[in-house]
Amino acid sequence: MISSQPVIQVENIAKRYKLGTINRSTFADEIKYRWLKLRGRDPAAALGKTGQRCARSKTEDFWALKGVSFEVKQGEVIGLIGGNGSGKSTILKILSRITEPTSGSALIRGRVGSLLEVGTGFHPELTGRENIYMNGTILGMKRHEIDSAFDAIVDFSGVENFLDTPVKRYSSGMYVRLAFAVAAHLEPEIMLIDEVLAVGDAAFQKKCLGKMSEVARGGRTIIFVSHNMAAVQSLCDSCIWISNGTIQQTGPCEKVVENYTRETLAKPSEQQLSDRVDRDGNRKVRATDLSVTYDHGRKAWSLAVSYESGQGSWNNARVTISINRATGGLVTYLDSSCIREFPRDLPSKGTIQIDLSSDVLFCPGEYFCNLALIADSEMCDHIVSACVFNVPDAPIFDWTKVPETLGTCFINQKWKLSRE
Amino acid sequence: MAPITTIIESNKSYFNIRWREILEYRDLLWFLAKRDITVVYKQTILGPVWFFIQPIIMSVIFTVIFGRVAKIGTGGIPHFVFYMSGLVIWNYFNSVLGSSASSLIANSGLLSKVYFPRLIIPFSAVLSNFAHFLLNLAIFVVIYLYFFVNGSGFSPTWWLLALPLVIIYTAMVGLGFGLWVAALTTKYRDLRFALPFILQIWLYATPVIYPASGVVQPMLKTLIWANPVSIAVEMNRYMFTGIGGVGLSLILTGVGITAFVLISGLFVFNYVQRNFVDTV
Repeated sequence: MISSQPVIQVENIAKRYKLGTINRSTFADEIKYRWLKLRGRDPAAALGKTGQRCARSKTEDFWALKGVSFEVKQGEVIGLIGGNGSGKSTILKILSRITEPTSGSALIRGRVGSLLEVGTGFHPELTGRENIYMNGTILGMKRHEIDSAFDAIVDFSGVENFLDTPVKRYSSGMYVRLAFAVAAHLEPEIMLIDEVLAVGDAAFQKKCLGKMSEVARGGRTIIFVSHNMAAVQSLCDSCIWISNGTIQQTGPCEKVVENYTRETLAKPSEQQLSDRVDRDGNRKVRATDLSVTYDHGRKAWSLAVSYESGQGSWNNARVTISINRATGGLVTYLDSSCIREFPRDLPSKGTIQIDLSSDVLFCPGEYFCNLALIADSEMCDHIVSACVFNVPDAPIFDWTKVPETLGTCFINQKWKLSRE
Repeated sequence: MAPITTIIESNKSYFNIRWREILEYRDLLWFLAKRDITVVYKQTILGPVWFFIQPIIMSVIFTVIFGRVAKIGTGGIPHFVFYMSGLVIWNYFNSVLGSSASSLIANSGLLSKVYFPRLIIPFSAVLSNFAHFLLNLAIFVVIYLYFFVNGSGFSPTWWLLALPLVIIYTAMVGLGFGLWVAALTTKYRDLRFALPFILQIWLYATPVIYPASGVVQPMLKTLIWANPVSIAVEMNRYMFTGIGGVGLSLILTGVGITAFVLISGLFVFNYVQRNFVDTV
């Protein structure tokens, strides 16, 4: 029976955290504080002066959520997206009752299962079997429910031969598989899931995703928090995008994900590329600059990558750049290893210029480039959205006539008509 | 079946304890207690034997130091039986207090990832320590019977039937104070370091190594009887040996103090646990 009432109603929820030192954190401080107050002196000033970690005035309020309201209907699968520290995990913590909101309220109709971590409550000394029961009851299952799901759990995890071995002897893969297996067999009406897919190998992740979409199709209501936009798009019907503790946008999944990527990935970074810390790789070679410019003389786009190698020449070098539309979708992929004439060994410092042909036209709009520097097949430097550029409208084409699905760049062309 | 409806909001009341929910999670209570019992013995050679050895060795040391060297009287009970009858109760109180006091901090990793009624953790401490208490009690009964059969001038009383009540009372004293300490340690971390010290002093304020009847100084006497653990220790000793004993008015005072500490402890703990994960 599907009722028309929303199963989750969140009304104006706000959550405040106290930043900085929590005042009077030791009993001694508390006594000092009371004593100073008793003698009619200003305790904050007096204690602050001596460098005690108790000055009351030091605490600052931080609003992780500033009045969030939304509704979720029965059977809906909702993705919660947003950058780090946007407040999406706080929402999940409040809905799963780990912490209370500072103000506002939420109403939930149905049993809630929350999965904020895989393997919550697993104890390394306990055996696989004992941990299934331990973990299951912690997640809110009853003993008889675990009894009846036990075989399915073991089957899904594939660790039947190690059921009576303490989990501390498990490989990390086995551990995660067993933990996810328990969680996957929870049967609440509402599931709250946080980024749990970020564990395990690719094959297991796929299995988990499969299990989750099976669960989703089974009419379960799900709120899913993830950074993995592909997973969000394949699982969710609609999305809530949260930024700075407020809802930025709610709506159909594709639309919200598109706007989110446009705003976050395709946003020019305020920092110089060389100062950015949001990069992966062993840093043996570092990119110091990436620029995309339009060469009016050539009437074409050029890219320039500056790099620095920490240890002499950069051997077996490979530079890859992907150019993406801000609305999502790869336009093209540039790879130095595809270019036969480009040298494989590069000096320790330099700038590589890539001239794109004037025969290629980009649609007007915003673009962002991901950059990777590789040496001896090892990732040295990988930066997502290393450069953002904007393509203005060109006079020769009427781009508004081109449906977005039919292409993101065009080969320069001239059309002629001959009268017969 | 009507779906369960949960309302989430800032709960500013001290008195709102969801007992029905705790009942729903009784399986978890059981598994947590079982975990705490089994984990203690994993990878130890002697296993549960440790719980036999500890009270015996303590009683031997007490017999030598307080009995032989300091010559503190026991009111006619053999030293070994005297100390052990007190230690059995004291140890249970001590362990329940200790593990319920650390329940929030020790499980903060768990508590920040999943919701269940937080009171389950201190409740499970009562259960898991009860298993250890039973081992302690068993070894005490064996030693007691040995002395009894060899005729040491004491005999059990009918009050022994009330032993379960004394055990429950002891657990409740430990839980009550433990809940208070757990709630306070979330704000004042130094209480964790003070607690072992406080318990050591507390032991001397409890008639474990001396009989309550031996205390005559009025202020000390008041202090000892205001201590709810004293009643359990003295009652336990009286039930088994018929020597000593506690007046009804003292029992009622002890029960009153315990009820007050326990109920207020439940409310304070319940109040603090709401936003505990924000401050760890």
